[in-house]
Amino acid sequence: MHLVHGLIVCDECDSVYRKPDLRPGEAATCPRCGARLDRGTSSARRARQLPLTLAGLVVFVIANLSPIVTMEIQGVSNATTLWQAVLSLYRQGMLPISAAVFCTAILFPLTLLAAHMVLLWPNSQNRHPRVFALISRLMSMVRPWVMVEVLLLGILVAVVKLSHMAEIDPGVGLWAYGALTVLLACVLSSGPQEHWTDGIQA
Amino acid sequence: MSTTERPPRARDIGLVHCHHCGAVWSAAPPHARCSRCGCKLHARKPDSIARTWAYLLAACILYIPANLLPVMVTRGLLGEQSDTIMSGIVYFWVTGSWSLAAIVFIASFLVPLLKLVALLLLLVCAQFKTRWRRRQRACLYRLVEAVGRWSMLDIFVVTLLAGLVQLQSLATITAGPGALSFGAVVVLTMLAAQSFDPRLIWDTGDPTPP
Ligand SMILES: [Zn+2]
Ligand SMILES: [Zn+2]
Repeated sequence: MHLVHGLIVCDECDSVYRKPDLRPGEAATCPRCGARLDRGTSSARRARQLPLTLAGLVVFVIANLSPIVTMEIQGVSNATTLWQAVLSLYRQGMLPISAAVFCTAILFPLTLLAAHMVLLWPNSQNRHPRVFALISRLMSMVRPWVMVEVLLLGILVAVVKLSHMAEIDPGVGLWAYGALTVLLACVLSSGPQEHWTDGIQA
Repeated sequence: MSTTERPPRARDIGLVHCHHCGAVWSAAPPHARCSRCGCKLHARKPDSIARTWAYLLAACILYIPANLLPVMVTRGLLGEQSDTIMSGIVYFWVTGSWSLAAIVFIASFLVPLLKLVALLLLLVCAQFKTRWRRRQRACLYRLVEAVGRWSMLDIFVVTLLAGLVQLQSLATITAGPGALSFGAVVVLTMLAAQSFDPRLIWDTGDPTPP
């Protein structure tokens, strides 16, 4: 089994191409099926990734600890964090749903950010190649199941739904989830292939 | 256009690439692992069609209770009210939130339905190895992968409402049995899309497809 250099294979149709030379910001698409083949990155963009991921982790903690919205009806008020909402669903006997929400909105985003930070940490690939490979695979496994942007839309829908019957105050958590959505989109604009471009040890 | 301009396909020239890290290998034995990242190498996802059928059929069956059973139950001073996916959309419509009605209609009703139909079409076409509109089908597959997650919207809405509206005497909201099947439909269709191998669209017998 030999590594073939200078070739790229389309994930979605198996076509083989010579690896294109891309400048930062450029992207190559497969002429046969239209899938994204490769994109050019700059060292500046790669250097931004670590601070953005760190910021993502901080915002994640804030988003999870702060109330998302406060509701008030006839003098009775109630605020909830996502944790409390998941717990109250669990107490209602809806274990599968509370587990799904817990995973897609809390556990997997955290895993993704933490894994991304380990991968971006300087020299982590050379120091622990085994762990690096494992974490890289873990990251691409959880990636499709991270749904923070869907949660954000869900919060907005819930707020509008309640605003017909109660006084609604958006809390810190709502803004934090907005920021987290933006940060995750920045961090995730690169695929797992990007971690593997340097230091091929085959 | 002459056939020589068309790019070859990896399996036809004895190459296999790692789905995870993108490394291209020649002369890889069956069931080999990528020596760069350790992922299993396979020219096509194993049992792609059978596994996609299994997930898709399960999703189709659960789609019925997901739409008929209540996803949310509201208990208040005025009694008990059960909401299905559709009645939730109608509620937004009659209270004048048309844009939200449209968003929820697309995310909770249109996307799951179109996803089931699209996956069914992709599967049947791949099974018969037809050359019909391969490029459009490749586009359709990417669309299904991209929009599938948005159907979780209603699950998040119900979770938040169930967390917020717990005012003992005034009103409480709980998730209904429909939410269980609806969540299962979303997860199952996502698993179906993940287990479908888009390369099967192009495995139609001609040496180098256009
Ligand atoms: Zn392609
Ligand atoms: Zn690999």
